[in-house]
Amino acid sequence: MTGTQTVVQRLVATFGEGPVTVSESNGAPHVTLDPRRAREILDFLRNDPECAFEMLTDLFGVDYNTKKDRFELVYLLNSLSKNMRLAVKVRLNEGEVFPTVSDIWLAADWFEREIFDMFGIRFLNHPDLRRILLDDDFEGHPLRKDFPTEGYDFDRPLVVQLEEEREGEQEGEKG
Amino acid sequence: MAETRFMTINMGPQHPATHGVLRMLVELDGEVIKKSTPYIGYLHRGVEKLAEARTYLQALTLSDRLDYTNGLSNNLAYCLACEKLLGLEIPKRAQCLRVVLCELQRIAAHLLWVATHALDLGAMTVLFYAFRERETILTIVEHVTGARLTPSYIRIGGLAKDVPPDFKSMVQAFVDEFPGKIDEYETLLTKNVIWRRRTQGIAQLSAPDAISYGVTGPVLRASGVNYDVRKAYPYSSYDEFDFIVPLGTNGDVYDRYLVRLQEMRQSLRIVEQGIAKLPDGPVNAHVLDVVPPDKDEVQHDMAALIRHFKIMEEGFKPPVGEAYGAVEAPKGELGFYLISDGSSKPFRMRIRAPSFLNLASIPKMIEGQMVADVVAAIGSVDIVLGEIDR
Repeated sequence: MTGTQTVVQRLVATFGEGPVTVSESNGAPHVTLDPRRAREILDFLRNDPECAFEMLTDLFGVDYNTKKDRFELVYLLNSLSKNMRLAVKVRLNEGEVFPTVSDIWLAADWFEREIFDMFGIRFLNHPDLRRILLDDDFEGHPLRKDFPTEGYDFDRPLVVQLEEEREGEQEGEKG
Repeated sequence: MAETRFMTINMGPQHPATHGVLRMLVELDGEVIKKSTPYIGYLHRGVEKLAEARTYLQALTLSDRLDYTNGLSNNLAYCLACEKLLGLEIPKRAQCLRVVLCELQRIAAHLLWVATHALDLGAMTVLFYAFRERETILTIVEHVTGARLTPSYIRIGGLAKDVPPDFKSMVQAFVDEFPGKIDEYETLLTKNVIWRRRTQGIAQLSAPDAISYGVTGPVLRASGVNYDVRKAYPYSSYDEFDFIVPLGTNGDVYDRYLVRLQEMRQSLRIVEQGIAKLPDGPVNAHVLDVVPPDKDEVQHDMAALIRHFKIMEEGFKPPVGEAYGAVEAPKGELGFYLISDGSSKPFRMRIRAPSFLNLASIPKMIEGQMVADVVAAIGSVDIVLGEIDR
């Protein structure tokens, strides 16, 4: 039995079958968590000596574009001391917020900003939730499936406007 | 009592020492850094989104353009993920050639790093020395793949074609002369007092911080953490090669320099072993619906022509599933997470870029350091904005 299977069994034994669903793809076990208890379980995975997933290798979103549980967050965990990986998933509905894990793994800070940028998923208690790759003025979240690959209005020329100019125009309209 | 005021300095996005279009907002108390914020995204092309509109074969070319110092490793990481999805077994010759080429590319990437990093800190001669050897490697890469920076040579199922007959002798010539060249760089830098004063004890990162930030590659190993994807999760028959993973102790700029120089020597050992034991045989898996036929076959065989057309036009359809393929790129762990919905295009391609996380740790590194050390810190991490912004 590999290390990851032991961890998965330990998770089910600790938290019960309810919040933890186990599946598998191409030989790698995946764990889907109940969003209400996910943060607690992720914290357990980081700090429990049997699991010890010290490194958050990757954290990203997936948009399945379905009515229920549209988004999926994938936490790719890596244990340096136990030499094993585990993919942990959480399904979310549109508009749902999810607690940040940036206090558990510092790496999550930028990952969560990227997910907010690309999918519009908000994270509760995140220290600095801003767009990271795209411009602050950008409209929409490009990695959503309903966002066209070439953008909404590709041919529109980009007009750069300073904040003072924008305010000046608004005052002019009033007067 | 004088009033204390902080000064905010904007560094970049057009700044020679930021290695691309990185903008750093640095808050200073005199010359001491209080806080710094990196701003990225100036090079964002939406690679992850673009891949969703391309077949698996077409998306391969996007990987070249991530870390442009290191096209072959990027190809390999993408192909490993695809091959996991498809469940392909790669012939030994292709695996061995992949290792040899990726290690050559690692040396080239580290040479570019040592050249520019030394230039940033005022040691110009190293640039000319290192670029001379990098040119030799790029000539080999061009001879084999046809391109210097964007090879797209490692393909799903194997390689684009076999290496030319004089490949072995070209690589052997490089292997013979290169150790002496590394010694030359070491004479210029390792014991150089100015170099040491500018790098030792600068921009330190402790091991627990590095792990928590998800830092990988030479930066993590300079902090004394023994993690190398080639050893931890061997791919492409790396477990059959004999090499050691160099480690640092202090996690400062100097240790990162030492670790990378050692890594070049180890890569050279791998290259040497690789060409010595290079097995004969095919360079592509025999999977008719994934690997396009040889050009020669296409011109003489009707069935091969049809197959070629189908693979290029429609692509192939991996079964529904997910796969993560990771390699130890020169910058750290480069991973591709592919989700297939059973169609010929990836449903989601996620790129885990090592520089993205390595850059996120810079504010922690330079907190409380002098403003002149920002350049040393950014240089020592070896970021490439092409893969950070994707």
